Amino acid sequence: MNSLIHARGLIKRFEGFTAVDGIDVDVRAGEAFGFLGPNGAGKSSTMRMIGCVSPPTDGVLRILGMDPRRDGPRIRARLGVCPQLDNLDPELTVRENLTTYARFFGIPRRVARARADELLDFVQLSERADSRVEPLSGGMKRRLTIARALVNEPDLVLLDEPTTGLDPQARHLVWERLFRLKQQGVTLVLTTHYMDEAEQLCDRLVVMDGGRIVAEGSPRALIETHSTREVVELRFPTDDQSGYADKLAGIGDRAEVLPDRILLYVGDGDDALAEVHRRSLSPASALVRRSSLEDVFLHLTGRTLVD
Amino acid sequence: MTPSLQVMEYHLVNYRRTWRASVLSSLVLPLLTMLGFGVGVGAYVTGGVEGVDYLPWMVPGLIASTAVQGAIGESTWPVLSSFEWVKTYFAQSAAPLRVADILGGHLAFMLFRVLTSVMAFLLVAALFGALRSPWALAVLPIALLLALAVAAPVAAYTASVSTDMYLAILIRFAVLPMSLFSGVFFPIESLPEVLRWVAFVLPLWHGVDLCRAATLGIDPGPGAVWQALYLVAWGVAGWFLAHWRYRGRLVI
Ligand SMILES: Nc1ncnc2c1ncn2[C@@H]1O[C@H](COP(=O)(O)OP(=O)(O)OP(=O)(O)O)[C@@H](O)[C@H]1O
Ligand SMILES: [Mg+2]
Repeated sequence: MNSLIHARGLIKRFEGFTAVDGIDVDVRAGEAFGFLGPNGAGKSSTMRMIGCVSPPTDGVLRILGMDPRRDGPRIRARLGVCPQLDNLDPELTVRENLTTYARFFGIPRRVARARADELLDFVQLSERADSRVEPLSGGMKRRLTIARALVNEPDLVLLDEPTTGLDPQARHLVWERLFRLKQQGVTLVLTTHYMDEAEQLCDRLVVMDGGRIVAEGSPRALIETHSTREVVELRFPTDDQSGYADKLAGIGDRAEVLPDRILLYVGDGDDALAEVHRRSLSPASALVRRSSLEDVFLHLTGRTLVD
Repeated sequence: MTPSLQVMEYHLVNYRRTWRASVLSSLVLPLLTMLGFGVGVGAYVTGGVEGVDYLPWMVPGLIASTAVQGAIGESTWPVLSSFEWVKTYFAQSAAPLRVADILGGHLAFMLFRVLTSVMAFLLVAALFGALRSPWALAVLPIALLLALAVAAPVAAYTASVSTDMYLAILIRFAVLPMSLFSGVFFPIESLPEVLRWVAFVLPLWHGVDLCRAATLGIDPGPGAVWQALYLVAWGVAGWFLAHWRYRGRLVI
């Protein structure tokens, strides 16, 4: 078995509430794998089981070929974890956060110091090495948490919403660093709400909703299977978009009526838009774009993703 | 063992920021209390207690009480913060540490803190001539035992609550009475029967009694062994309780 993560019928219940409802997952070495889903889908619960801090309620789970119930510490020694909420020590310096954490892995002090400097360079925090963590910006803290997850040179890195709450610049910096890790052959498992993040970073992903996996594949394959090539977004100058749905019937594969706009799933966006105008409908705005994972998600769950 | 030491090392690094102030206060506090209680109050207690001058009689009680105060200080707010505010424990559980390592390392640090403040107190007491026997050095292991007997169950309590309101309740309804009725300032023989039982049940009085025998150089008799074992029992039971509560909060 060369899966780093192997799950069959994995279940997590909290006092009767089922957060993860029987999922099957395999992640191979060198892969970047994503869990995509709305709030409460069960992403973090899954990540915490994989991180061996939360015992599965039922099902099979093997991490790095070992059983989390028995080999927790041995597995965690080879994992890097960036949790959804930063739990850095705000009173320690940036460097001390890395060196003290490295000690938990039995890394000698001198090595820990050298590695901390390397990692701070990697996440571009070298200049702040000796400042306390507390006043750092959200983006800097996130990068430090990611650096901390790498301090033991892990085989498998778990990132729970690595870029949520970051401004676009900070987000792109994190993506770029994660992409480099991936190129170095590190296996990445991440959760995200961001479709573009999943498309950029993940070789393969699963869409979760209500504790279950509702679709799985590469971003490309998912778009091809669950959406059309292009999407036309129409906004009509009214409070009730649904009145226009009938008038658009027959254009493209299907239409999705949202509170503020209507999406038409079509093969050729320009043709579709021409047809809209031919029917003398005049939307306040019209946008033709390529189909994205967001559309896949909308199709699968009937909901938009909102943070 | 080693993983616990790594956890303790983290707490020591954290302590490095404040150690100066903390060492200063562990010197100033005994100084002030000895001036105030020993010299000031002692002047009223003429004839001493149980045939001993008031100052040397009271100092071992205060040392034991310092150990307990330190143990409680370290096992309340810092523990709650590690669960709720800074979430140190959760960061640690993602590393290859077990619950026992996380708890053990933190308790070891608490004992270290108690040891330093008790050492400071002993030093000040020696300078005031309040120690009557070289057996006074036995106060150090006694204080450690007493600190464990208090810190472990209090950590278990803290791990079971979610806001520091419950910590304030603990201080008011458990710690304050324990400090008053455990023979620190006056012999428990002057207490009514019921309150004397409070002293017997809680750990502090046993620590006070053992420390007093040590600094006064009195042979405590075989009862001392039972008192020490009683403190061990508090420590062991506290450890298992705390481990159970920590597990319930960290492994979910
Ligand atoms: N410790 C817990 N006790 C009880 N319920 C929990 C616990 N942890 C999670 N849940 C519930 O399980 C469900 C899934 O939570 P989870 O955190 O895994 O979702 P998520 O996909 O990570 O969501 P988000 O995008 O908001 O982070 C939620 O309904 C949540 O309330
Ligand atoms: Mg989550």
